[in-house]
Amino acid sequence: MTLLREILSGMGDFLARAGAMTRFLGRLLWITPAGLLRPRLIADQVYNAGALSLAIIMTSGLFVGLVMGLQGHDLLARIGSEESLGTGAALTLLKELGPVVTALLFAGRAGTALASEIGLMRATDQLTAMDIMAVDPMKRVVLPRFLGGVISMPLLTAIFVMVSIFGVQLIGVQYFGIDRGQFWSEMRSFVELSDVTEGLIKGLVFGIACSLIAVFEGYNAEPTAEGVGRATTRTVVVSAVATLVLDYIVTAILL
Amino acid sequence: MRQNRAIDVSTGLFVLLGVAAILFLVTQISNREFSSSGKGYDVVAQFDNVGGLKVGAPVKMAGVTIGRVVGIGYDMKLFKAIVHLGIDARYDEIPDDSDASIYTAGLLGGQYIGIEPGGSEVYLADGSQVEFVQNAIVLENLISKYLFGQAIKEPPPGQATDEAASAAETPATPGQ
Repeated sequence: MTLLREILSGMGDFLARAGAMTRFLGRLLWITPAGLLRPRLIADQVYNAGALSLAIIMTSGLFVGLVMGLQGHDLLARIGSEESLGTGAALTLLKELGPVVTALLFAGRAGTALASEIGLMRATDQLTAMDIMAVDPMKRVVLPRFLGGVISMPLLTAIFVMVSIFGVQLIGVQYFGIDRGQFWSEMRSFVELSDVTEGLIKGLVFGIACSLIAVFEGYNAEPTAEGVGRATTRTVVVSAVATLVLDYIVTAILL
Repeated sequence: MRQNRAIDVSTGLFVLLGVAAILFLVTQISNREFSSSGKGYDVVAQFDNVGGLKVGAPVKMAGVTIGRVVGIGYDMKLFKAIVHLGIDARYDEIPDDSDASIYTAGLLGGQYIGIEPGGSEVYLADGSQVEFVQNAIVLENLISKYLFGQAIKEPPPGQATDEAASAAETPATPGQ
């Protein structure tokens, strides 16, 4: 009986959080037009969320590409069609791996930074102070960070995929000796423009989700050291799960 | 101020790199090398069956892509599929008695239209019609003709292979 009650209250908590987050998103979207008038603030956050994530995204992308080159070649060599390596790798990276891995890395690198920064502002009463000075912290602090993340994610996804394909090419062409022309022309003849847009749409959707979760958790963090830590942890966990669930939904819609 | 400038520069670099990556994906990875919206002319061909031909499929001569399928429609009076071929303006001397066939690229590849040049001195122009066409080969038709043609008649072995061969050829003969 207590178990059932626990499950029910857990579901209630989940629904309450989901509802609060939706309302939070609504508020953010409502003030977005006003926020866009201050591109300076957004650009700073594009730097924080995007430019600072570049190193981790590019390194990870390169190694994901290298591994895909090795594994893909091993798989395709068994069926005897190594030339399809470029096609297979490009499609996998564009449609699935690129956006998902980028989102997971983004949540780990930029999401946690956002959540802890805003959480710390909450814990040190900076947000309250702003409120007293009649500066809306939603407009001044939260919205630019959210938009910065949303702008950065598709760009990071594209960079990730580009670097990975370079990595695949490195293994396939330089190491295994697949013909360079065949590698690229096979890829080009099978990959459609819609595959590229699918990847970018996913990047955008994950960007909205991860940025929203990060700023929401930070803004609603308990104003203690422990609370900020918890908010940061929850940002990573919720972002990762949300990314994978959304990935299924977006794929089902777009396919 | 100096610090700010460094941040601005790296933000700009990041955005530039991102946009470059998107452009790279759009132009280098996906197949947009031939846009049907470019300069060219439209030619019409009527097929009894287009099989799995899709809009955007390549039109090839001697294996070289010279255009794209820009539209596929159905004529209710002729009971035929009307295929519009957008041919690049560079290839403006295709004889008007050339024939168009629907082929399949590889065993599992997509279908495309191959044009075999004829001997006429008159060339295809915008709006003209390809007179000689060869329909898509539908695998099921081939198989069923082969199977049932053999099962019903059961002729002596030598004749059976002839029968099967001619059955296999039937859908391959030029319509019209």
